[in-house]
Formats: sequence, structure tokens, C-alpha cells
Amino acid sequence: MEIIMSVAIGFLFMAAVYLMLSKSLIRIIIGSGLLSHGAHLLLLTMGGLGGNSPPVVAEGVSVSDYADPLPQALILTAIVISFAVTSFFLVLAYRSYQELGTDNMDLLRGTEDYE
Amino acid sequence: MSNLLLFPIIIPFFFAIILMIFPKRLKLQRILAAAAAGVTVVSALFLLAKVDADGVQAVTLGSWPAPFGISMVSDPLSALLVVTSSLITLFVIFYSFPTIGVKREQSYYYPAVLFLMVGVNGAFTTGDIFNLFVFVEVLLMASYTLIVHGGEKPQLRESIKYLLVNIISSALFVAAVAFLYSVTGTLNMADLAVKIPQIEETGILTVIAVMFLVVFGFKAAIFPLYFWLPGSYYSPPIPILALFGALLTKVGVYAIMRTYTLFFTMNISFTHELLGIIAILTILAGCVGALAYFDVKKIIIYNIIIAVGVILFGIAQLNQPGVDGSIYYLLHDMLIKAALFFLVGIVAVLFGTTDLRKMGGLIKTYPVLGWTYLVAAFGLAGIPPLSGFPGKLLIVQGGFEGPQFWGSIVILATSLIVLLSAVRIFIYAFWGEPVETVPLKKSVFNQMFIPTVILVAITVVFGVGAELFMPFISGAGEVLLNPSIYIDAVLKE
Repeated sequence: MEIIMSVAIGFLFMAAVYLMLSKSLIRIIIGSGLLSHGAHLLLLTMGGLGGNSPPVVAEGVSVSDYADPLPQALILTAIVISFAVTSFFLVLAYRSYQELGTDNMDLLRGTEDYE
Repeated sequence: MSNLLLFPIIIPFFFAIILMIFPKRLKLQRILAAAAAGVTVVSALFLLAKVDADGVQAVTLGSWPAPFGISMVSDPLSALLVVTSSLITLFVIFYSFPTIGVKREQSYYYPAVLFLMVGVNGAFTTGDIFNLFVFVEVLLMASYTLIVHGGEKPQLRESIKYLLVNIISSALFVAAVAFLYSVTGTLNMADLAVKIPQIEETGILTVIAVMFLVVFGFKAAIFPLYFWLPGSYYSPPIPILALFGALLTKVGVYAIMRTYTLFFTMNISFTHELLGIIAILTILAGCVGALAYFDVKKIIIYNIIIAVGVILFGIAQLNQPGVDGSIYYLLHDMLIKAALFFLVGIVAVLFGTTDLRKMGGLIKTYPVLGWTYLVAAFGLAGIPPLSGFPGKLLIVQGGFEGPQFWGSIVILATSLIVLLSAVRIFIYAFWGEPVETVPLKKSVFNQMFIPTVILVAITVVFGVGAELFMPFISGAGEVLLNPSIYIDAVLKE
């Protein structure tokens, strides 16, 4: 199961890099979303998968019976943060499209000295 | 156990929330923002006194025993940094009154500054690597708001790149934390410092250490990863630039300092040598930029990159003078960068441009400003007895005692370039034929100039009275070099 997850994570990272290297701003945002998904899945997988019991210490339940709950708490925090950042990014992209009139990263190049 | 170390995080947080309720009440916003920063400075000073008297302070949230709950730890280094960063935020708030503009002030400028303070103080205080990620995100979110605040065209254009770079580095941060957790099974820094030496497979840990170097390097702007900094920092107005230049990169530097002294010490001959080489390359790259531009903001921005290199070189030596020097230089650099940005901000306002070639002759009309700038510039370059000198001296000494003596030679040589780049501003802006300046009311000038002079005076005191501050600095260095002090304070609570 961990192997499948690793392949999936790798694919997500690959897709994210591909999208982020394109010129359109909206593709870049989707790419950044995929990148954080990949990182979150990695976090989940690194805690080890498997185990059916709830993570409560009780009689007859050993450590191997439940999945590590800590990565799940971490991933929740990370998801919330990346949600906030992505929504900020979308608003920023829309606003800069209105102001600058383009979403092409090639045209957003340029230094400050000449507008 | 004392909750004192949480106050510098909680106070600005509460004030920021209160300030968000009435964004249009200008006077109240200013008073409360200044009060928040002032109270934070006071509480940070109390914290520093407490840490100095009673040793490392640690609180584990929710009273869970240490490796399980989230630890907040205040050792001398983090207390010193919290004091310095709170002080700088206070000055930035004062400097913002005349410079940032009423429109920005009325659209949540002060709450964003205070949230940035929450994130910075939190990142300096936390004792948990995932909690560090959370606080870094808090300060990044505030910095996204500030960098785009006002919505001018260059700001929008540059904040897209800033945002994207930081999203990538955050994703890598999560990935690095995941790897670290899977190898060690803990995220508490003190616990990591106990567990990592027990692991015999140092290869995978070295990979993780380098991943963390990349992650923090994005924030600290080290050699190959600094490309985003000059453009992004150039676009926001001067007070925000001063805040970013003084605080944001320093969080990355602090994180490298902490992780590379506390627990990534299993393969020093590789990781720390790499850090040393990268530090020297960072200095050289910064020097090229500092000499290449005729723009006052750009010159000081590239000096940020140079300072990051100098600080990290001291840490890479991992001996007592090197580490002490790094801590001293870090505090000096935070203060002096804020002061310099304030000064070039005044110069830029007076001439209505940031291009050096269109400036000249300011010494005749504003002599005090000129001499204050000269003092700050000499402080930046490290001319004794100003504040850049003791730190650099110790770092160079550390380099000569360590394996990378050639790095010390580079630092000594580049000091001259730093001096040249800073004095070039003096020569172009203050000497030469007087150029017509923008008329500025005396009261507005004073409002900008007084916080600046006080900040420069603080740096002078910090340099001249180095002997006075050395006990704090060497106390901080001692904790960095002997992780057992840190570990005992956290785990034996």
C-alpha cells in the first residue's frame, strides 16, 4: 500500500511541477494546489498506513492495531493552511488580471524601473 | 514553568483582532498599534530578564508531558531575537504614521503588521518543528497581505512570484517534516536532539538535513535560492520593506541556526561544510548585486543577502567564537537594516526618486540626516567601534579557528565592498551638486527622522557597549553549542 501511495505522490509532484512551469497563471495555481496535495499525502503515508482500531489505548489493543494518529492531525493543519493560501492566491490572481490585464507570466516579467 | 514566554505572541494577536473591528478609526488604530508593540517590547524584556536569571524557559501547551504536547521554548537566543524583533516592529509602526498613507492605514495595515509580529515571535519561540511550520505560515500570510497592500501594479506583479516561491517552499517544508517524522517518530526539537544521535543510519538524516536547508534557505535567501528576494522586496513601500528586510529573512536564518546546532549534527563534515560554502557564495552573490545597481533600495536589499551569508558562515564553523559572532551579527543586522531602510526611505521621499543618479547635495540642506546615514553605513560595514564590528570580528576568528579559513578572508575582503556600496549612496545623495528636493513639512520630516535617529542610536550603543551585551550573547551561544541545556529544560519539566 505504501508503494502505491509513493507512486501517487510522485505523480502528483510531477504534475504539479509540469503545471507550475506553464505560462498561464491559473495553471500555476492548480499546480501549487497539487503540490500541496502531494506533500499532504506524503505526510499521511509517512506515519504508516493500516490498522483498524480507533487510536485509543485499551486492553487488548496493541500499537500495531491502529494507524498513527499524529500525521492525521498534522495533515489537517496543513490542509487548512494550504486552503487559505490557495484562496488568497486565487483572489490575487483575479485582482492582478483586472489591474494588469493579463495572466501570462511572460508578460508579468520585467523589472520595476520600466512599467 | 512560566507562561511569560507566550506573552510576546499573544499580545499582538489580541490587539490585531481588536484592530480589525474598526479599520476606519485612524487615530485609534495608530494608538492601539503602537500600544500593542510597546507592551510586547516590555513583556519581551521581562522574558529576557527571566531567561537570564532562571535559565531556559519551557512551556508545554495543555500541560501534556514534553514530547507529546507542543513545546514553547525560550532560550537566550530566542529571547534576544524576540526583544529585537518587537523593538523593530515598534519603530516601524512609528515610522509608518507619516509614510505609509492614510488609505493604507485604513485598510487593515496595522493588524497585518501585528499578525506578522505574532508569526515572527512565535517562530522564534516554538520548540516543535511542525509548530514552526505553522508560525512560519502565520507570518507568511501576514507578509502576503503586506506585500500586496495598496494594490499598485508592481506590487501585484511581484506578489504573485513571492507567493508562488513561498508555496513551493511550504510544500517542501511539509515533505521534509514528513520524512523527519518517519525516520525519528517525533517532532519535538528537544526530543529530536535526543533521538537523532541514536540513529545509526546517518545517510537518510543527511538528506533530510539538506532538505531543511533548502526549505529554510528559501526563506533566508541563501545562494541559489535568493532570486526572488530583490524583486519582491523592491515593490512594497518603505516601512513594509524595512519590516521584511529586518525580520523575514532572519526567521529562516534562525531556523537554520536552531536546527543545525541542535539536532542536525550527525554529519558535520558534510552538512556544515556545505553550509559554509553556500554562505560564502551568498556573500559573493550579494556583493555583485550591491555594486551593480544605482537604486538606493536595491543596494540595501542586496546587503540583506550579504548579511545572511555572513551570519550563516559563523554558524557553519560550529565553534564558540563563530556562533557567538553569528548571534551578535544577527541582532546587529536586524537593527541596522531597519535603520538603513528608514534612512533611504527619507532620502527617497526628499528626492521623489530612488535613482542615485538623480540625487545630490543633500548634506547642505539636511546635514543631520547625512551624518546619521554615514554612521549607519559605517555600522553596516563593521567599522569599529560600531555595531557591525564585534560580530564580524568573532565570525572571522571562528573561521580561522575552524577548517574554512578562506571564508574568513572572503568576509574581510567583502567588508570593503559593503562599505563601498553603502558609502556610494552617501557620495551620490549627499555630496555633489544640489538637486532640487521635494518640499517637506518640518513636522513630517521630524516624524520620520526621530524614530530613525533613535534606532541608529540603539545600534551605536549596541556596538560601543558590546561588552555590556556580551554576557547575553555568550549565554545564547552556550545553549546553541551545548544542546543538553536545551534538552534538559524541555524534557525535565
